Amino acid sequence: MTTPSTTMAQALNSALRDALTEDERVVVFGEDVGRLGGVFRITDGLTAEFGEDRCFDTPLAEAGIVGFAVGMAMGGFRPVVELQFDAFAYPAFEQIASHVAKMRNRTRGRVALPMVIRIPYAGGIGGVEHHCDSSEAYYAHTPGLKVVTPATADDAYSLLREAIEDPDPVIFLEPKKLYWSKSQVALPVRTEPFGRAAIRRQGADATLVAYGPTVPVALEAAEAAVEEGWDLEVVDLRTIVPFDDETVAASVRRTGRCVIVSEAAGFAGVGAEIAARVQERCFHSLHAPVLRVTGYDIPYPPPMLEQHHLPNVDRILDSLDRLQRDDRPDPRFLPLGGAA
Amino acid sequence: MTDRQHDGGPEALLPSERPVRFLTDTGAAVRGRPRYPLPSPETLRRAYRAMVVGRRFDAQATALTKQGRLAVYPSSHGQEACQVGAVLALQDGDWFFPTYRESMALVTRGIEPTEVLALLRGDAHCGYDPHRHHVAPQCTPLATQTVHAAGLAYAEQRKGSGRIALACVGDGATSEGDFHEALNFAAVFKAPVVFLVQNNQYAISVPLDRQTAAPSLAHKGIGYGIRSERIDGNDPVAVLAVLSAAAEHARSGHGPFLVEAHTYRLESHTNADDATRYRTDAEAEEWRRRDPIARLEAYLRRRGHLSDEDVAEAATAAEEFAARLRTAMNAAPELTPLGMFDHVYDVPTPQLDEQRASLRSELEAEEALT
Repeated sequence: MTTPSTTMAQALNSALRDALTEDERVVVFGEDVGRLGGVFRITDGLTAEFGEDRCFDTPLAEAGIVGFAVGMAMGGFRPVVELQFDAFAYPAFEQIASHVAKMRNRTRGRVALPMVIRIPYAGGIGGVEHHCDSSEAYYAHTPGLKVVTPATADDAYSLLREAIEDPDPVIFLEPKKLYWSKSQVALPVRTEPFGRAAIRRQGADATLVAYGPTVPVALEAAEAAVEEGWDLEVVDLRTIVPFDDETVAASVRRTGRCVIVSEAAGFAGVGAEIAARVQERCFHSLHAPVLRVTGYDIPYPPPMLEQHHLPNVDRILDSLDRLQRDDRPDPRFLPLGGAA
Repeated sequence: MTDRQHDGGPEALLPSERPVRFLTDTGAAVRGRPRYPLPSPETLRRAYRAMVVGRRFDAQATALTKQGRLAVYPSSHGQEACQVGAVLALQDGDWFFPTYRESMALVTRGIEPTEVLALLRGDAHCGYDPHRHHVAPQCTPLATQTVHAAGLAYAEQRKGSGRIALACVGDGATSEGDFHEALNFAAVFKAPVVFLVQNNQYAISVPLDRQTAAPSLAHKGIGYGIRSERIDGNDPVAVLAVLSAAAEHARSGHGPFLVEAHTYRLESHTNADDATRYRTDAEAEEWRRRDPIARLEAYLRRRGHLSDEDVAEAATAAEEFAARLRTAMNAAPELTPLGMFDHVYDVPTPQLDEQRASLRSELEAEEALT
């Protein structure tokens, strides 16, 4: 029997369906998630199968959706809400930062909020303005939230099931451009739990750290780099919070070099945090500075320009030239007039 | 497009032409047949006693703040009828969603005063167990808890528990987006929730006419299809009558209800505020003459429902309550710095464990020095 080909979108849909079947406390709601099945069809067929009480449309108001979910979670339900696009989640940010993230701590463990906020995020699909933000740093910087982003269909299924079962609130960031990527997956499947990064490709010369939408780009770059004599390791974080220091640091200690690949603007981003953590833990193993290949520090560009913004294979390959294999410093950072 | 159907047409959603009152400013019964059932004498006697104790509690908390025992205290002096009425209109299992100005309501609900004041003393963000008392944490980001109340009320309805929720906001918070989203969600999902707006005329320093151009705050209900009413918030009989009817409306499956209570914050916003910069003594004096406790006392005495002994007993109970609070607040709260790391998540992340260990070493080093 051959394993069926599954898209990430189908895997997410199956995860929701299985969670709704297994736990009657689970409710799915948001904008257009009912009859339409969501603008990306992630909730397709759920209202028909489980009824309006389990999967329903709400008024178009993101703070309301998240705040309503807080109340339902306090009342014993396990809400899974969809905020339609990354940048449309911002009206809910106060609810997320002030209540969702803090409720357990501010009530000293007496009020837990087992809820999932699903957000299709990041670029690469030719989306117009406000549909392509990489907003993970906002959530990762907010203590009390778990921040999850799958890169494969099996992880999409498994991590979403785990998010729904988790006693804490989870921001579940779905890389839009990977929704339709296919892989051979037999569902249901359980992969590694939260807090464990996955080594997607083993290599000896340098570690590429990626998450969500940049994992396939990093893997592609690693294949292309073979021709240039590089044997690259690719680490997929899977969960930004909790962060797997152990796997990342162990990989970089082995390879001695590290490039972080993420779509978001680099300044003060998750990539900056990873770079800091790697150099704190691996300083004596490093043969070169920790590098980042990220989006530029600009508002997400119009769709016809996005290919110039997003990290791609060439840019990752270029970064390898700055990993000082020839023991020469990165020319970009030489002192003015200095000789190399 | 068709108009939404409401019993009696959309006009039936509108508040009364003038705020509902049962009592005159001096506590006489107003003429005419009231639209709402009169609360029982027993309920009104309970309300009287709770207001007397509540006012004394409030004064004591203000005094404790001046002595540095509390970091800050937002007084509800002058708003006793709303503070007490909102709680007495609910049943035990119903949920109450307070703002930071509802300390008096929370002690009326039966929560230990030290637990109520933990937030304002600064030893904990929420001193009580919300699930035990069915009281959400005191909320400082304005109106954000109203959406939770709608969601929780909907959850109770889905469970068929018969429980409702009551959410408090002030006049200023009606300008916040979350208030409108809460009204809308509650109405669309027919959630059994009562929204109580204590319109105390000022949002810190900003008067009502800078918050809204609406005919009244209660008029905001009709835009969402919500039955609304406005009341004299310093008339304890009106507060209890209308909030009880609102609770019954919600409990019996008619959806949310919005009540605007006209009242006045006699103290400054908090001890850190200076109300003389934005309002006159004459204005405050005008409201002092509509004192809810004096009005109810006059009414109940006139009807023979309140004796000198009752009044003396309430005063004694209030003094005892204040004395117990003083004693309790004189004891320094037990602080556990390592507890800061508890309950960030159900199971701490490895990073939090590291940070906790680091603080533990700091504390041990400090202790070794002393």
